[in-house]
Amino acid sequence: MSALTHLQLLEAESIHIIREVMAEMERPVMLYSAGKDSAVMLHLARKAAYPSSPPFPLLHVDTGWKFREMYEHRDRAAAQGGMELIVHRNPDAVERNIDPFVHGSSLHTMLWKTEGLKQALSAHRFDSAFGGARRDEEASRAKERIFSFRSSSHAWDPKNQRPELWRLFNTRISPGESVRVFPLSNWTELDVWQYIEAEEIEVVPLYFAAARPTVERDGQLFVIDDDRFPLAKGERPVERRVRFRTLGCYPLTAAIESDATTVAEVVDEMRRSPSSERSGRLIDRDEAASMERKKRQGYF
Amino acid sequence: MTSLLRLIACGSVDDGKSTLIGRLLHDCGGIYDDQLSGLVAASRRFGTQGGEVDLALLGDALEAEREQGITIDVAYRFFATPARKFILADAPGHEQYTRNMVTGASTADLAVVLVDAGKGILTQTRRHSYLAKLLGIGRVVLAVNKMDLVGWDRARFEEIAGEYRSFAEGIGIPQVTAIPLSALTGANVASKSDLADWYHGPALIEYLEQVDISQNAAGPGLFRMPVQWVSRPNVDFRGYAGTVVSGTVRPGDQVIVLPAETPAEIERIVTMDGELAEAVSGQSVTLTFTRPVECARGSVLSSAVDLPQKGDQFEAVLHWMASEDLLPGRQYLLKLATQTVAAVVQTPKYEINVDTLEHLACKTLGLNAIGVANIWADGPIIFEPYDASRDLGGFILIDRLSNATVAAGMINHALRRSINVHEQILEVTPESRAALKGQRPKLLWFTGLSGAGKSTIANIVERKLNARGRHTFLLDGDNLRRGLNKDLGFTDADRIENIRRAAETACLMMDAGLIVLTAFISPFRAERQMVREMVAEGDFVEIFVDTPLADAEARDVKGLYKKARAGELQNFTGLDSSYETPEVPQIRIDTMRTAAEEAADIIIAYLERL
Repeated sequence: MSALTHLQLLEAESIHIIREVMAEMERPVMLYSAGKDSAVMLHLARKAAYPSSPPFPLLHVDTGWKFREMYEHRDRAAAQGGMELIVHRNPDAVERNIDPFVHGSSLHTMLWKTEGLKQALSAHRFDSAFGGARRDEEASRAKERIFSFRSSSHAWDPKNQRPELWRLFNTRISPGESVRVFPLSNWTELDVWQYIEAEEIEVVPLYFAAARPTVERDGQLFVIDDDRFPLAKGERPVERRVRFRTLGCYPLTAAIESDATTVAEVVDEMRRSPSSERSGRLIDRDEAASMERKKRQGYF
Repeated sequence: MTSLLRLIACGSVDDGKSTLIGRLLHDCGGIYDDQLSGLVAASRRFGTQGGEVDLALLGDALEAEREQGITIDVAYRFFATPARKFILADAPGHEQYTRNMVTGASTADLAVVLVDAGKGILTQTRRHSYLAKLLGIGRVVLAVNKMDLVGWDRARFEEIAGEYRSFAEGIGIPQVTAIPLSALTGANVASKSDLADWYHGPALIEYLEQVDISQNAAGPGLFRMPVQWVSRPNVDFRGYAGTVVSGTVRPGDQVIVLPAETPAEIERIVTMDGELAEAVSGQSVTLTFTRPVECARGSVLSSAVDLPQKGDQFEAVLHWMASEDLLPGRQYLLKLATQTVAAVVQTPKYEINVDTLEHLACKTLGLNAIGVANIWADGPIIFEPYDASRDLGGFILIDRLSNATVAAGMINHALRRSINVHEQILEVTPESRAALKGQRPKLLWFTGLSGAGKSTIANIVERKLNARGRHTFLLDGDNLRRGLNKDLGFTDADRIENIRRAAETACLMMDAGLIVLTAFISPFRAERQMVREMVAEGDFVEIFVDTPLADAEARDVKGLYKKARAGELQNFTGLDSSYETPEVPQIRIDTMRTAAEEAADIIIAYLERL
């Protein structure tokens, strides 16, 4: 169609999607996790609204178990964008002191993330929520629409999705229903990194290699981010040069050994890497088709 | 500089489409190790390749699909070479195929049509090609697969390619590139194979990397930008945000703001990266004007030389995507670019058989059907024929109640305003009147002995329907006999005429969109059957108000039984004139057990289930 590069076309498509929400939805919100996809999505939202500020707040559904650097980055990024930041922690999970080490990843994710998200969306009566998920991340994402409708109980029905043609999005919902919007649907992990490099977007330093205290569990490396990490008897943290491909709750996110300290080196490493990004995400592997099930229950 | 190509792969599982997609992803690094090992595990559980890795399962991502061995939905796959990134729409087979393929093709620049070298061109091949063409794809790669199974036979390849080319030319696909390959072995997929030394064209990936897609649209086109959002950060700035869908725009350009057709001059092209000297098709930008001009979401900015069309009536190809049939006359919402209006679809002119391309007469369109119909919007919209612009010629229809996307449409051309008045009058159909009232007309036919309680129950039902916002009319036998039917007595012939007139009146009222309730003894089966046949199937609801004669006579609210027993009334139903009990009424109300209010609720509940 034009001489635009693939990044320019992806950017334009995402801005178009964000603007459709800005124009047609009454109470949008942008989910923000402080990860690289969130960083790119926030950057695109600022571009979509420029010279205005994005006319919606950021929502961080917090678990209390993110890496410390993520919290610092989150507060800085929200301030830079001139945007309101809503932080929600499921009071039920707070009260029960839900801990992934003690209660396991399933309950941890269900209470902090799935339930927490539903609570926050309902409490603020948001009718639309942007998420940074990409179709290349996970199999059930490949079949999810850019505008993904949720019932009043936030459930996803994969068999009853609205067809999406051209650049046309049917944004209409009934009272109580909501829509999750994925502006990065057609981006790959490589696109995200190339865009971060081209646009000089600041991301959490955890994505770059550094010497960090680690322990090995089931063949995967975990970084000890604070003193809540229970060490086995005789277990000692070992300093390794590691970085993260994906960031979530630190007890559930595995690091990889790496020497990549710049975006260019990260991109180069990724091109040679034979593993997918989500292989470091423990919650995806609890059981077969676990993401699809979580989404039907209301997970992002 | 990496460019972007969007493509769709068409073909059935047997043609090796899934294997080809798996091959493309694999050879371009689109499958990661852990995904492959997940696939190995899935192949053991669900695979059809006897424990071998079943690349088809890459497409069947959802648990529900794997269990049922079907594919529900179009999936998007990504792969890349150093020169180009590819977004591939994978629209698998089965009954939902048309809908999936139309969806996937709507954004594709190019279609890869797979053919099994052993089987040649099939009906499916033609269907896929036609759908691709319909959605505006002018470039097809004919991938003649499984060449290894025919010994890389050049004559066979050329026979298939030749047959396809003449078919493609016939349906208006100008550019066909045929490539002999084997998805299974990878020959001629990523790189050229020695096995076909007679083939001098590119391997599939080589072709996809190099094909010039800038020629795909109808030229670069004139400047068009539908306005998405008005940016007003402060009182001094007013910018119009949108995606340029064709042409280019520069500061200083004279443009026209539609629909008002107001001239305006572009002052600046504003982006977060600084002001641009030019914006091109595909870019999302914010434009400002040199002076204030009325412009809002839904406006279209156009070059001043040749404007898009403005109108409220046009002919379009419709692809129906909902399980509920199209209702001609019903109001749907039509969304085209950033414009949303209410619109009514007229009775389709014809349906297209996508296998034979024959035109079939039809009254509606069902799931997956493709047809041509006129559409009347309730206000003017700015559009272009789909051939000229996907963005200004493609639209969706949305059901106003369910909010579902029920159809995709592609505008052929505007209708002349000179449509004669006669036709317009005819076009206000019973369906459109009913659609205005938001209801489906029904005839609730209460039958039973005099004094059974027909009028009482019918009155309550009408009251309840009114409370639900329904438009109704109750035709009462006694009341009708005071006017329209006052010349009629109680002989069998007069009773039949009484019912005929009542039924004709009821039908007129149904045509007006009403839910009609009638309370007539209507003692004869034949007449009730006549009435049933006068209205559309399913719209006649026979309600038998069943009261034993003794009980009706005991009540005798109107004193009629007493008069009849006294010989003052002749031909009284139940006494000296028969009442033929309905054999299979839709609803039977036993008045000995059911109070009138409760009976009304039963009837309402029945209606709500319809």
